[in-house]
Amino acid sequence: MISSNLLNFVLRNGDDRLILSHRLAELCGHAPILEEDIALTNIALDVLGQAILFYKYAAELENNGKSEDYYAYKRNEREFKNLLLVEQPNEDFAYVIARQFYFDTYEYFFYEELINSKDKQISAIAEKSIKETKYHLRHSTQWMLYLGDGTEESHNRLTNACNYLWMYTGEMFQNQDDDLPLIEQGIIPDLNQIKPKWIDAVSKVKEEAQLGKYDPNSFMQKGGRQGNHTEYLGHILSEMQYLTRAYPNAKW
Amino acid sequence: MSDTQWKLWEVFVQLKTGKPHEHVGNVHAPDAELAIQNARDVYARRDKPVSIWVAPSECFSATTPKDNEAFFDPVDDKIYRHPLFYKIPKGVSVDIE
Repeated sequence: MISSNLLNFVLRNGDDRLILSHRLAELCGHAPILEEDIALTNIALDVLGQAILFYKYAAELENNGKSEDYYAYKRNEREFKNLLLVEQPNEDFAYVIARQFYFDTYEYFFYEELINSKDKQISAIAEKSIKETKYHLRHSTQWMLYLGDGTEESHNRLTNACNYLWMYTGEMFQNQDDDLPLIEQGIIPDLNQIKPKWIDAVSKVKEEAQLGKYDPNSFMQKGGRQGNHTEYLGHILSEMQYLTRAYPNAKW
Repeated sequence: MSDTQWKLWEVFVQLKTGKPHEHVGNVHAPDAELAIQNARDVYARRDKPVSIWVAPSECFSATTPKDNEAFFDPVDDKIYRHPLFYKIPKGVSVDIE
């Protein structure tokens, strides 16, 4: 029982990172300036690496011959349990930054707790990943400040992005039913305890970036954790999975 | 239109404590914080440095090739400028490039 709950938790976390890394990878060659292009694809590679760590552990838990590639390439939309936030498109650079900032802040506090996991593998993944996440957070926070406290145009764009993406942030803090026994056993953190830290950190940056206040109790979208996605995930998967679906077992 | 509105920064990377910071190239950035971040992403993602310096390119003055004759040629033809006449005691290691 615990192991299937743990498997769900691990897969969900792999999915968050795989899909986010794909969104970031889409910016390769398209970021507004060369240095930022490299920075974002660098972050994409870090996040992909974290996805692989979770998927590898999932394969180990399932112990039936699957590899990390199976989880990325052979599953359908409904089987992905990632947050709706990470599949939202790169409407403009402000969306990229706002999405990243919301997620990095969450991920930082999440890993900070996850390091204490009684499951050694989980704890090791968190300890390795949090170093990367600290850098990602520093990067996205800096950009929140530049754009928010920048020109009228950058401020308006970031305000739009932050407003739009806000409704996708509530899902980050919803414990799933199958998480509860894991929380009780100290294997995974209670997301309710991460939420106030996240709200506090996000509010501080928003204030400094001259962005308005947001109501954490406003309407929040959900469904990603149940496999009910926005229209975007299918398109991501069709692009990401095309090659392996069209040419099974292709090697390059 | 120029390639960017951002300033150019020179990047120096130190690979080991005690070793010098070496110039590795430059990056564009609006301020020092992002210059450091960009330098990290562009020049430090494969090696593992211990320190990065950045400085605005405009702060550097440099010789130009036309200075070379006056600046650098004379050093080569006066053997007495080089400390080559000392006997080095045994056991002292010398690192002459």
